[in-house]
Amino acid sequence: MAENVIEARGLLKLYGSQRAVDAIDLDIQRGEIFGLLGPNGAGKTTTILMMLGLSEISGGTVNVLGFNPVREPLEVKRRVGYLPDAVGFYDHLTARENLAYTARLLAIPRSQSGRRIMEALESVTLADVADKRVATFSRGMRQRLGIAEIVMKQAEVAILDEPTSGLDPHATFELLEMIRGLKRSGVAVLLSSHLLDRVQSVCDRVALFNKGKIALMGTVVQLANQVLGAGHPILVEATGTDVAAALRGIEGVQNVAAEGDAWRVTADRDVRAAAAQRIVSAGGSLTRLADLQPSLEEVYTRYFQEARHAA
Amino acid sequence: MPPSAAHGALRRAGSPFTGLGPVFMKELSDHLSSVRMSVLTLFVIAFGALPVAFALQDLRNVVISDPYLFLRIFTVAPERVGLSFIVALNFVIPLMAIGLGFDSVNSEFNRRTLSRVLSQPIYRDALLLGKFLGGLATLAVALVALWLIVLGSGLLLLGLPPRGVEVARGVGFLIVAIAYGGVWLAVSMFFSVIFRSTATSALCALGLWLFFLILWPMIASAITLGFAPTQITSIDQYTSLQELGLALQRLSPGTLFSEAVVGLLNPETRTLSFVLPIQMRGAIPEAPLPLDQSLLLIWPQVTGLIASMIVVFAAAYVVFQREEVRA
Ligand SMILES: Nc1ncnc2c1ncn2[C@@H]1O[C@H](COP(=O)(O)OP(=O)(O)OP(=O)(O)O)[C@@H](O)[C@H]1O
Ligand SMILES: [Mg+2]
Repeated sequence: MAENVIEARGLLKLYGSQRAVDAIDLDIQRGEIFGLLGPNGAGKTTTILMMLGLSEISGGTVNVLGFNPVREPLEVKRRVGYLPDAVGFYDHLTARENLAYTARLLAIPRSQSGRRIMEALESVTLADVADKRVATFSRGMRQRLGIAEIVMKQAEVAILDEPTSGLDPHATFELLEMIRGLKRSGVAVLLSSHLLDRVQSVCDRVALFNKGKIALMGTVVQLANQVLGAGHPILVEATGTDVAAALRGIEGVQNVAAEGDAWRVTADRDVRAAAAQRIVSAGGSLTRLADLQPSLEEVYTRYFQEARHAA
Repeated sequence: MPPSAAHGALRRAGSPFTGLGPVFMKELSDHLSSVRMSVLTLFVIAFGALPVAFALQDLRNVVISDPYLFLRIFTVAPERVGLSFIVALNFVIPLMAIGLGFDSVNSEFNRRTLSRVLSQPIYRDALLLGKFLGGLATLAVALVALWLIVLGSGLLLLGLPPRGVEVARGVGFLIVAIAYGGVWLAVSMFFSVIFRSTATSALCALGLWLFFLILWPMIASAITLGFAPTQITSIDQYTSLQELGLALQRLSPGTLFSEAVVGLLNPETRTLSFVLPIQMRGAIPEAPLPLDQSLLLIWPQVTGLIASMIVVFAAAYVVFQREEVRA
C-alpha cells in the first residue's frame, strides 16, 4: 500500500456559510511526525475530526490507511489513536479501569488486555499509579494516560490535538519524548498545536493553517526559506582576525551581521565547515560556532504579518 | 476513488451494535456501584415499604376468603397511609428513571470523555443504546428486588404462599413497571442529549413529569369541557365526551401505567374504558377475569407504553447523531 497513511483531497467543512476547512490537500506519510499549526479557529480540530469520521464532511475526500472515514469509520477508528484536546477520563475509575474499558470497546481479548494495559502504562511512567483514581491525576498525567491508550491500542496512526497545551515545560518535554517514542515504534503522528518552538523540535514536516486553508507546508527549514528567505543561519564567535571580512568571502553567504561579540551569518546552505576553515587559516581563533535553527516562531509571526499586510 | 464511493457514502460499514456489550456492562456497573443508586434505592424502599407494611397489617386483621389476597398487598390503600403500593410506584418509578438518565450523555460531554470514547470503534447507536439498556437493567434490578421484598414479606406475614396465577400477574406487573420506567428513562436521556447542562436536563425531565402528574389532568378536563355542548341531550353525547377525556388522559404515561396495573392486579377489572352503570347490568360483579382476558384488556396500554418509550428513544437518537462531538 501507499506510503501515505492519510490523504486528504479538497477536504471541505462548512458551518453555514463559513468555510471552517477550505478545500485542503494533505498527505501524512508513514512513520513521520506531522504538525498542524495555526492560530485559534484556523480549522485544525475540524480537520482532525473529519479524518476520524467524527464530523461530517461537506466536500472532498479523505482516506485514512486505505479506509474512508465516512463509510468505514469503525475500520479507521480501530487503527487510529486519538488524543482529543483536553482529554477526559472517568474520574471515579482508576487508570487501569479506564484503559480496560477502552480495551473492551476495542475487543482486545481478555488474555492480552491486562498485559497490554500494564505495558502501555509503563511506557508513559504511570505504572505506579495504575490503581489510583483518575480524579487525583494532574493535567500532565491525564495527557500521558491518553498516550498510554494509544500505545495500548497499537495504533498505526496517532492523532494528537494540542497535546502540550496547559502543560508545564518539564511535562511538555516528557510528553514530546513520548511522542518521539511513538514514532520510534513506527507510528505516524499527526499533532496540532500553536506552541511553535516545542513542536518544531519534534515535527518532521508541518503545515501552517490560516483561516481554513493550508498556507505553507514542508519541513521547518523549507518554510523558513520560503518565508524568511534565509537558508542556514549560523553564529560565529572568533578573535584575532577581521572575522566579518573572512566570513563574507565564503561562497553562499548572503549576509553577515554583528550580534554582540559574535557574528550572525546567513547563507543558502550550511557553511559551518567553510567558516571554521576560513577563520583558522586567516590566523584567527574560533571560540564558538553554532547552528542557528530557523525558528518556526519567526516564520509564523512573519508569515501572519505579511498575510495581514496583504489583506 | 472507486465510482461506488459517491452513493456508497450513504452506507456505513460494520454493525451498529459493535461495542454495545462493553457500554452496557459499564453503565450497569457504574449505576449499581454509584452513591446515587444507593440514595434512589433508599427512596424506593421508603416509599414502597410503607404502604406495603400497613397494607399487610390491614389484610392480616381482616381475614376474608379472598382468592387474590396476595395481589391485594399491591393494590390496597391502607387506612393510615392512604396510598397504595402501586400509586406509590407511580411516583417513584419516574423519579428513579429520571435520576438514572438525566445526565447520561451530557455528563460525557462535560467530562470530555465523549470524543475519546467515540474515537474507539463504536457507532453512536451502540453508545446510546448501551446507556439506555444499562439504565433499564439497573431499574429492573431495583424493581425486581423491591418486588421480591414485597413477596417475601407477604409470605411471612400472611403465612400463606401466593398461587400460581397471582405470581404470574405479579410478574406481568413487574414487566409493565419496567416499561413505564423505560419511558421516563428515555425522556430523561432525550433531555440529556439536548442540553449540555445536567441541571437543565434534570429540571426539564422533572418538569415534564410534574406537568403530566398535576397539570395534565386539569388541562384534559378543561379541553373536554370546552368540547361539551351547553346541554347534554343524549347518552351518546355524554359517553363520547367521557371517552374524549379518557383519551386525553391516556397521553400521560402515568395513566397508561395505572390502567395496566389495575387491569393486572385487580382481576375483577372488566373494562378500562368509560362505562355507564347501565351497561354493567348483566355482568357478574366481582367475578374475576381469567389471566388471558386481563392481558387482552391491558394490551393497548402496554403497547402504548412500549411504543412511547421507542419513539422518545428514537428522537434522542436522531438528535444525538447530529450533535458535534467536540466539547
Ligand atoms: N459547531 C460549530 N458550529 C459553527 N462553527 C464552528 C463549530 N465548530 C467550530 N466552528 C468554527 O470552525 C472554525 C474552526 O474551528 P476549529 O476548532 O477547527 O479551530 P482550531 O484550529 O482547532 O482552533 P483552536 O486552536 O482554538 O483549537 C472556527 O472558526 C470555529 O468558529
Ligand atoms: Mg482545536
